[in-house]
Amino acid sequence: MTDANSAADPAGKIPVTVLTGYLGAGKTTLLNRILTEPHGQKFAVIVNEFGEIGIDNDLVVDADEEVFEMNNGCICCTVRGDLVRIIDGLMRRKGKFDAIIVETTGLADPAPVAQTFFMDENVGAKTKLDAVVTVADAKWLKDRLKDAPEAKNQIAFADVIVLNKTDLVTPAELDEVEARISGINPYATMHRTERAQVAIKDVLGRNAFDLDRILEIEPEFLTADDHDHDHHHDHGHDHGHHHHHGLKHYHDEEMQSISMSSEKPLNPDKFFPWIQELVQTEGKDILRCKGILSFKDDDERFVFQGVHMILDGDHQRKWKDGEARISRAVFIGRHLPEEKIRKGFESCVA
Amino acid sequence: MTDATSTMFTLADRARIVPEAEGSTIVGVHFLRQTPVFVLGEEALLFAPAEKRTRVAVHDGGILASAAEPSRIVTGGDDGKLVATDRDGNVETLATDERKRWIDQVALGPDGAVAWSTGKIARVKTGKGDVREFQAASTVGGLAFFPKGFRLAVAHYNGVSLWFPNAAGAKPEVLEWKGSHLGASVSPDGRFLITQMQEPTLHGWRLADAKHMRMSGYSARVRSISWSHDGGLLATSGSEQLILWPFDGKDGPMGKQPTMYAPSPSRCTRVACHPKQPVCAAGFADGTVLMVRLEDGALILAREADGQSVSALAWSAEGQVLAFGTEQGDARVLTL
Repeated sequence: MTDANSAADPAGKIPVTVLTGYLGAGKTTLLNRILTEPHGQKFAVIVNEFGEIGIDNDLVVDADEEVFEMNNGCICCTVRGDLVRIIDGLMRRKGKFDAIIVETTGLADPAPVAQTFFMDENVGAKTKLDAVVTVADAKWLKDRLKDAPEAKNQIAFADVIVLNKTDLVTPAELDEVEARISGINPYATMHRTERAQVAIKDVLGRNAFDLDRILEIEPEFLTADDHDHDHHHDHGHDHGHHHHHGLKHYHDEEMQSISMSSEKPLNPDKFFPWIQELVQTEGKDILRCKGILSFKDDDERFVFQGVHMILDGDHQRKWKDGEARISRAVFIGRHLPEEKIRKGFESCVA
Repeated sequence: MTDATSTMFTLADRARIVPEAEGSTIVGVHFLRQTPVFVLGEEALLFAPAEKRTRVAVHDGGILASAAEPSRIVTGGDDGKLVATDRDGNVETLATDERKRWIDQVALGPDGAVAWSTGKIARVKTGKGDVREFQAASTVGGLAFFPKGFRLAVAHYNGVSLWFPNAAGAKPEVLEWKGSHLGASVSPDGRFLITQMQEPTLHGWRLADAKHMRMSGYSARVRSISWSHDGGLLATSGSEQLILWPFDGKDGPMGKQPTMYAPSPSRCTRVACHPKQPVCAAGFADGTVLMVRLEDGALILAREADGQSVSALAWSAEGQVLAFGTEQGDARVLTL
């Protein structure tokens, strides 16, 4: 576990946290808490509605959320033009802040924000995406998942989910909404909160896009020892089986996650063409993907992660003695062709 | 560039270091007559004549854009102010954004005119003090005055609007090209308009017939461009060498290959053509600054590689002095 202060990057890159959440979920409450808590960190904040933050901070910047397509023949390769401009400007004041927070509008798709960090060379050289944090309303999320595709997108895309306003629902309702979230994205770390009361270290300094920090790929509720539960958190998880969170499991018809593993080593000459082809053809529907791989005759772990059609991967470290060399990969997306993806992954075995 | 630079003719030792810039990010450099003036990332301009350096406070925050003419430097800041600074260091606020929005772009035009942009809004203040306004469909990425006539190129998403500020109510002509245009420049003869795109390419139009030109092959976004003294070449950053596009013929660079000089292990970050001679200065991400003779590519070293990225580069009006600075606050002045 890292604390927020360890977000400092060896290459001097400024960490950027993307704060999303549907209208009224409590994004601004969380942002105000981050800005006012006595943690000694200074933030530059990129917001959409100036004035909503009641804080006097000359590093609050008004954004326009201008999304445009890159001219690279990839229709889902969208970036936030305003972020390119704003981050360039903010870097003139390097030293005045430790981290950047980007608050998106309630209706925003987090993908263009995330993709900006991979597609713009200057942004990528000066800053690094830390995590996508989604604030969800415990009372209304269930309804929004039915009628607001943006809300579902934000849940599916998240690394951290702050399930807020838990005081407004019964324990049974809370279990149900948590199960619905897990049905879409079981890999995000979830925190139950009232008035967005979450420890700052649970939302900042997460290194969720850092290849060196891809340690395990397990559904969130199986990794209880590995993350900090806040005191509201119910420890009655089923630690034995996938997809049995409490009593209920929901399968979302539209948005799913597919998790695969192989104990046999993979052939890189099969894997790379396969995954490149997969994100080329299905990338529009794949929101996030992540993997830890064991290649044949290779003593190092290979890790990858991706956003839509953009893939990022590298050797991470040597497999440890006695460490099970199991390859794992997970895809989160919309109407994913599960059969095709599973067969494709299996065919990469060396 | 060890092999090349070790045998290269060097003037690097003759450059005067400006220690007062230490600790600042240098984002630009201009000359007010003979005086080199460094634009710092935050708050101030640093006047750096040989004898006495002076820091002039111009913004309450970051300096986002700057442009200069021999008598003044105009800067835009994240404090929402547009500020002019003259040769004696007198500071005048030309405009203040009522909501303290960033002044993103600045350009200087004929007869004392100045243009600036705040988000989607481009404004011009004429020499007489009249202010005109144009709202683009999206955030303005670049501003450039035409060499003749009171006309501005306003770059934005999906193209460039050609705006006559004095033609009230007239709809600007729009040159369309899909994508984000982050800088604009009109060739000195007024025949071509070039934009720097979000992708590592330049786009261009021949203004007579709006014919498109694409200049691609860069390894990074082109952040710095400069026209040669006679307007015949466009020098550009964005690659591991100095890239020069020919603009002397009727078709400009259409169907032609660029000239590539000064191959380097690191990327070219800043270019500045000499005002009188066929010479271009090129700064690189590893700190190297070279003077490149445009006839044959002969090189003179002006700054040795040390890992600091060159972020500012300019010649004095007569071309006897070259000033350069890095992101890490190393400012130098080389008198030839």
